[in-house]
Amino acid sequence: MNNNDIELNQQLGKTVGNPLVDGIPRMSCQSVDVFYNQDLQAIFNVSVDLAKNQILAMIGPSGCGKSTLLRCLNRMNDTIDGCIVTGKIYLDNEDIYTSNIDPVLLRAKVGMVFQKPNPFPKSIYDNVAYGPRLHGLMTNNSELDDIVEESLTKAGLWKETKDRLNKPGTGLSGGQQQRLCIARTIAVKPEVILMDEPTSALDPIATATIEELMYELKSSYTIAVVTHSMQQAARISDRCAYFHLGRLVEVNDTNIVFTNPEHGLTENYITGRFG
Amino acid sequence: MNDLDFFIILLTSAVVVFFIGQAKARSRQESTSGIRLHSLPNYYGYLTALWTFLPALGVFLVWSLFESNIVSMLTIAKFTQLQQLSTDNLSLALNEIKILATTGIYYSNGDANINHQAAAVYSKYFNHSFNLKILVSTLLALLGFTYTYLRINPTMQARNSVERLIVYVLLICALIAILTTLGILFSVLFESVEFFSKVPITEFLFGTHWSPQIAIYEDQAGSSGSFGAVPLFWGTIFISIIAMMIAAPLGLIAAIFLSEYATSRVRATIKPILEILAGVPTVVYGFFAALTIGPLVRDFGYYLREVGVNLDIEILANLTVSTESSLAAGLVMGMMIVPFILSLSDDVISAVPDAMRDGSTALGATKSETVWKVIVPAALPGIVGGFLLAISRAIGETMIVLMAAGVAANLTANPMNSVTTITTQIVTLLTGDQEFDSVKTLAAFALGLGLFITTLILNIIALHVVRKYREQYE
Ligand SMILES: Nc1ncnc2c1ncn2[C@@H]1O[C@H](COP(=O)(O)OP(=O)(O)OP(=O)(O)O)[C@@H](O)[C@H]1O
Ligand SMILES: [Mg+2]
Repeated sequence: MNNNDIELNQQLGKTVGNPLVDGIPRMSCQSVDVFYNQDLQAIFNVSVDLAKNQILAMIGPSGCGKSTLLRCLNRMNDTIDGCIVTGKIYLDNEDIYTSNIDPVLLRAKVGMVFQKPNPFPKSIYDNVAYGPRLHGLMTNNSELDDIVEESLTKAGLWKETKDRLNKPGTGLSGGQQQRLCIARTIAVKPEVILMDEPTSALDPIATATIEELMYELKSSYTIAVVTHSMQQAARISDRCAYFHLGRLVEVNDTNIVFTNPEHGLTENYITGRFG
Repeated sequence: MNDLDFFIILLTSAVVVFFIGQAKARSRQESTSGIRLHSLPNYYGYLTALWTFLPALGVFLVWSLFESNIVSMLTIAKFTQLQQLSTDNLSLALNEIKILATTGIYYSNGDANINHQAAAVYSKYFNHSFNLKILVSTLLALLGFTYTYLRINPTMQARNSVERLIVYVLLICALIAILTTLGILFSVLFESVEFFSKVPITEFLFGTHWSPQIAIYEDQAGSSGSFGAVPLFWGTIFISIIAMMIAAPLGLIAAIFLSEYATSRVRATIKPILEILAGVPTVVYGFFAALTIGPLVRDFGYYLREVGVNLDIEILANLTVSTESSLAAGLVMGMMIVPFILSLSDDVISAVPDAMRDGSTALGATKSETVWKVIVPAALPGIVGGFLLAISRAIGETMIVLMAAGVAANLTANPMNSVTTITTQIVTLLTGDQEFDSVKTLAAFALGLGLFITTLILNIIALHVVRKYREQYE
């Protein structure tokens, strides 16, 4: 270990703030390490809780491991060759990395929305119906119609698309596509929704729509969202986690993190002096 | 000196003047202190070389192209006996004169005296023409060189001028490629029209009997000379269908395995092997088909017939079986195009963005669900485009069919029987001693035209489909 590393370790040390929540968390990470290969560790000893019906915002400079941690929560990292996750991650008190958990079923419970809207090259209807059809969530076609309508309504897209459900989803605008992806995720009836910079490809108006949507979804789902926008984190999240070089530096209620950060690095970042 | 010598001299002088131009630019740069050269010295060299080489080469080529025709015309103008000949005989006589003039060999039974005189005249004119050509080209080269050389000075924008000239060079190369293709097309078209003036187009397109042996004597036995191409088109389509039935599923599934499931190590080994397979000459597949698969298919046919006889199934019992069969040709052709389909499908499947895979996985789909419900549908237009390209390859394939399916023009849906295809018939029509303007030879051109049109349409559709697919992700 060279001097820089030692200094960094002292600086980063333990997570400050309040990583645990009162009561039973919906999801909980305990001492999670992630390696992309032997000598590339992306996440160092991160412990953090996701409380029910709350939004956790994850912020931090580029490359600090936000996406990596987020993808651990629904085992999307399984699809990456050589990626190893150690430590424990619980969903409703059940360790999701034990062998009796089927990652395919887990992902139906922990849905994910990506940075770039990625509707399938299918019709709007088929995009939303994709998940329910996979998991057999309906017994007949009219039930499927109901699920599609309900999901699109929740995603705030029903009015705009009810007359063109058979048109390709790829023909929508960027903001509409992103809401379609959210509807697609909701249709599977997940418990947790993970969002990786869901608005970074969108203009301010579309962003505002999505933010409102997240705010509404909070009442029925637990949400973790990665964002590069301080304002967004401050506006929508209940709790906020600041990452730096793979470490979780500080996590606390959003208003505390933004008004009174404990750690110097957090303060530098949110005041824009760094990163 | 001949044409090639002159070309080499011209090329060498271009290299030499390159250095001369470059040197002058350098010296100017040093002597006129203060003014920087507009371009690097090399560009002055290139410009000098291009101006020396291109105009001279252009005149030289165009002259060479028309030389022989013009000299022939001048020769004919000298001899009234030649002018009186019919077009066919005249072209024969001209050929003899040319051969006589260039090689001194005379083997014909035409009017020897006139032809010898004409050959002498022809040679004389040709020599004049050649000398004049060399003179003009050399002058042009010198002119181009001096013109550029004198203008070389630091303010001359050599770099820009070279850029402009290069565009013309590229344009000319492109034009040559296109014109050659058009030339081939028109010659095929021309001969086909001639064919259709002798054989009605309706017989060719709708006739079901193909037997191109034209009687050489009147009432020669066994020569009907009928040109119904339907059995050929059918044979072509039939074999292509069999081939695609093998190659399409096999190639697609292997491509899915390779791009979605195989580790990068496996991929890195298999891909080059496929490229080698795709490069195996088709004649190799051909003898594999004729010597290995053909007999196997025949034995299988005999077995089926026996079963038919034993179980009293009439269709099977009366099966015609031969060693040369469309099944054997189709099977092997299928194997031949598997690598082709595999590699095209692999490309389009890999081109489906990872975001699609992530999106599907994140909704709780298994790998195979993702592949069949999202990836393959997304890649489908590209895959179909690949199939169409593969079909047009199958249609154009000759050797395998020639060796494995035979040359008998049967109109049959029995895969154990021998059939023949357009390409095979073109080969058989044109090999051996042929009169160039016999109906038989002309028929080859008509078949070629048919083949050309079919593959052209297929390729246009395929390219269109593939382009549509690309746009979807841009
Ligand atoms: N598939 C991968 N293979 C190897 N290393 C990876 C892979 N994905 C990410 N990394 C590395 O892990 C670290 C964290 O990456 P991650 O994508 O989690 O950062 P991030 O915080 O999401 O950054 P951004 O804000 O730019 O999205 C980076 O150093 C990155 O280079
Ligand atoms: Mg990220």
